[in-house]
Amino acid sequence: MNCILRRHLLSLYNTSGRLTSRAFSDAATKEKIDKLVKTNKVVVFMKGVPEAPRCGFSNAVVQIMRMHAVPYESLDVLSDENIRQGIKDYSNWPTIPQVFINGEFVGGCDIMLQMHQSGELVEELKKVGIKSALLTATEPKEEEKK
Amino acid sequence: MIIPMLNNPIRSHLRYGGTVCLHCIRTMTSAPGPVECTIRNKLQSTLEARHVDVINESYMHNVPKGAETHFKVVVVSDKFDGLPLIKRHRLVNDLLKDELQSGVHALSIVAKTPQQWNESDKVIESSPNCRGGFGK
Repeated sequence: MNCILRRHLLSLYNTSGRLTSRAFSDAATKEKIDKLVKTNKVVVFMKGVPEAPRCGFSNAVVQIMRMHAVPYESLDVLSDENIRQGIKDYSNWPTIPQVFINGEFVGGCDIMLQMHQSGELVEELKKVGIKSALLTATEPKEEEKK
Repeated sequence: MIIPMLNNPIRSHLRYGGTVCLHCIRTMTSAPGPVECTIRNKLQSTLEARHVDVINESYMHNVPKGAETHFKVVVVSDKFDGLPLIKRHRLVNDLLKDELQSGVHALSIVAKTPQQWNESDKVIESSPNCRGGFGK
């Protein structure tokens, strides 16, 4: 009887212990992400690094950022399993890559592509004080026309 | 007499024992898997879509033949009217939540209103090439 009780208590203890540590790591991850997206104007959560993306969708976002010459912080989710899941929970978005501007989730690859094509990205960047390189690239041409 | 072209999709479809998707029977062009059919049905019924395209892009990635891991969906619905892109995408993501949690790994979304769809060239570009990050 005693043995059963002990085993029961022990299993209870183990489960609650695991739950607490899981919740703790979740909270720590959330805090880490929160700090990262709030202290950087542009953050990209991606697979691989900008020099060597490990997913076509992540690569597309890197190429867009490069075109606009956006300075950004990137995070490789393949190197951190907590972040890989944590970022999906944080933004309630199921896929990678994910782009944050001024602490706000903007979208994944499809949305970035569309925003790039529609010119909306240039506007969003302007709001946070980043001048897209595409603007500077077209300006001299306009002057030439005059 | 056996017509191999027709035989294959039906058999592979029945093997999974899922609901039979009318689209799949109608077109008979490829062998859509059960996940592809579920995605199509969900989008069609819940969003009352005027046009749905579900493209299985798994073959572009390092997964077994016939896998259903990478999809691109094209949805044309009145329900997108007045919604910003991110909200349209969230609608689709939420709708396919179960699929995304149980094996669907990549989902590319094109979400347009009927007007936007009619004004567009209706050409859907295929997704960028895989760079090997899947499966790690």
